[in-house]
Amino acid sequence: MSDKMVFLALQDNEDARPIREAIEADNPLAVISQYPGVYKIDAPGRLVVNRESVEERLGRAWNPQDIHLLLVSLSGNIDETEDYFALERT
Amino acid sequence: MQVDIKSLSIKPLRNTFDQVVRFTGSDKSASRYLEATIGVQPEVNFHYKPLWSKNRDLYDKENTLIVMSDWYRLLDPRQYYYGAWTIARSKQQDAAERNFSFVEKRNMLEAIPADLRDKIITTFLPLRHMEYAANLNNTYMSAYGYGVSITQAASMCAMDRLGIAQYITRIGLMLDGNSGDTLKTAKAAWQNSPAWQPMRELTENMLTTEDWFELFVAQNIVLDGLVYPLMYQSFGDLTSASGQTSFAMMTEFMSEWFDEHVRWTDNIIKVAAAESDSNKAQLGKWIQQWQPQILQALQPVAQQALGSAAQAGLDAAVAHLSARLNKVGIN
Repeated sequence: MSDKMVFLALQDNEDARPIREAIEADNPLAVISQYPGVYKIDAPGRLVVNRESVEERLGRAWNPQDIHLLLVSLSGNIDETEDYFALERT
Repeated sequence: MQVDIKSLSIKPLRNTFDQVVRFTGSDKSASRYLEATIGVQPEVNFHYKPLWSKNRDLYDKENTLIVMSDWYRLLDPRQYYYGAWTIARSKQQDAAERNFSFVEKRNMLEAIPADLRDKIITTFLPLRHMEYAANLNNTYMSAYGYGVSITQAASMCAMDRLGIAQYITRIGLMLDGNSGDTLKTAKAAWQNSPAWQPMRELTENMLTTEDWFELFVAQNIVLDGLVYPLMYQSFGDLTSASGQTSFAMMTEFMSEWFDEHVRWTDNIIKVAAAESDSNKAQLGKWIQQWQPQILQALQPVAQQALGSAAQAGLDAAVAHLSARLNKVGIN
């Protein structure tokens, strides 16, 4: 199991909050741990950030590529479209 | 010697303000919008009654017939607090400036045929006077309204209206080479032209409407809901169809702004109507009271703007508004 984990580390700030909440809502298996200034989000197999879920929480249009402005680190294979940003490892 | 650098994680005892915790029901870190909104309304210790009414408090829930158990629930889905709003508007202004300078650089306005130019001056430019009334109306809502969620948004809306009036003015100034002649003609049309008098009378009646929520419905839902599709959509399409895309470029801010305005206003009446049946009935009553008047006042304006397509333009505007009202559960 451990070799199939993916993770995303996001800055702990106001811009990243809606993204973190969207991940929390859309990925029931994700485990979020807080470090100083950083949130590390681990999940088995796949972790997805959906544009719609973020927009709903943000209150305006959001481009999944904007996640890179807040990304500290990641692990997994990236699958990126206009509608979502996902990390996978199978 | 060996130095160990250890990271120390300090867990905050509380993630947000107590008033936000009471509002959302959990101590999750909350958005800046909620933190800047919830709990800001002055509620107690009003030492003096206002001069304008001895039966009211300075901030009084009973200034309207609408009743809410928690006025903070009239939230803005755009999540605008002052900072977020100014940043969004400054980005839009950059885009609008680029459009205006593009139109100016290419002398696109000189290509507009004389009859369309006259139509823009006498039918579109007078909207700046209506926007000023909308500014006053929204300022009234923010002054007499209750619950910061709606009063702060009304106050920002009021400033947006001034901005829109300024953009309309700039279109006039670009048409007349900064002499201001078009604006004088447009003002004369607003004050004297028979086509504008029903609208001017209606606008002045709105300025004296006492119930601030009724004014919200009349101005921000019904009047805007009909005028914007008519002038920026149907009239905009008419100018584009005749090959004059400069008009659409210069009014892009207004179309974009209206989409956003719809999201805010729809959410307000949706939440207010869902609160109780009496609210819902009251909102429906206000809409039924204002919509026919506004539609009637718009008739001659639509006629002047769209000619034979006037009825189709008005029908499209009404359909747009009805679809919105159905969606939020009024009608």
